[in-house]
Amino acid sequence: MIAALANPHRFMAFSRWAAPALGALAAGLIVVGLAMGARAPPDYQQGETVRIMFIHVPAAWTAMLAYGCLGGASFFSLIFRHALADAAAKAAAPLGAAFTLMALVTGSLWGRPMWGTWWVWDARLTSVLVLFLLFVGYLALRASIEDEAKAARAGAILALIGLINLPIIKFSVEWWNTLHQGESIFRAGGPTLAAVYLIPLAIVGAGYSAAFGALWMTRTRAEVWRRRAANLAMRAALR
Amino acid sequence: MNDFAAFAGRYGAYIWPAYGASALAFAWMIADTLARARRWRREVERLEGAGPIP
Repeated sequence: MIAALANPHRFMAFSRWAAPALGALAAGLIVVGLAMGARAPPDYQQGETVRIMFIHVPAAWTAMLAYGCLGGASFFSLIFRHALADAAAKAAAPLGAAFTLMALVTGSLWGRPMWGTWWVWDARLTSVLVLFLLFVGYLALRASIEDEAKAARAGAILALIGLINLPIIKFSVEWWNTLHQGESIFRAGGPTLAAVYLIPLAIVGAGYSAAFGALWMTRTRAEVWRRRAANLAMRAALR
Repeated sequence: MNDFAAFAGRYGAYIWPAYGASALAFAWMIADTLARARRWRREVERLEGAGPIP
């Protein structure tokens, strides 16, 4: 599938219908998941604040997914010099930054009533802040280099180096003592979360991932058009 | 209205801003993405309509 979509013409034809379809699926999943979450009982310890989990955790998952996509696309861009892979990498970064900021802000709003503080420099929070800075740094680096090929190469190297942060985020709650709670979903032995919370969380998580997919495809299409416009303008100027 | 109030309870000052911030982030992502796509598609159409490109 990836090989087939590596052809820009095939990608543009596929994404023309796939992006809106995925966007509609995302909207449906998010609405259903949040409605189920609104009807879930308050947690016996956290009370009503548990409802922040239904938007905080999916935002954090999607932020990591976005960085994985940025890293994967950067790999193909750097190794194979594939223009569509570079367009996809460039398109993933602002979305990843937005999802990471969403996770940080909602986490802070959850932490204040539960931990008594808006922020603490523990391993999980700090590594997610580093993820945000990696997205912003990637965008700033690309914007600072005028030559698009050099910008693509420098951005791809930074994105690939930053991949090391993903396992650090994932295992930060196991490797260090953190105020952030330990892993309760993707863990050996299965999730410890009650089904009444786990099901809506999984539905919203799938919705956020689908929303990222739809927006990513649309931004990649926009980047392909931008490059096409730049080529057309240059050819017109040379006539 | 009762559901609306019950959803937040006494932690409404934290829960509603969290949902509001998420909604704002989604609104920005959707608006910016669609605006970019529309802008560059129109630019390509305009340039392609200017005549055959050698």
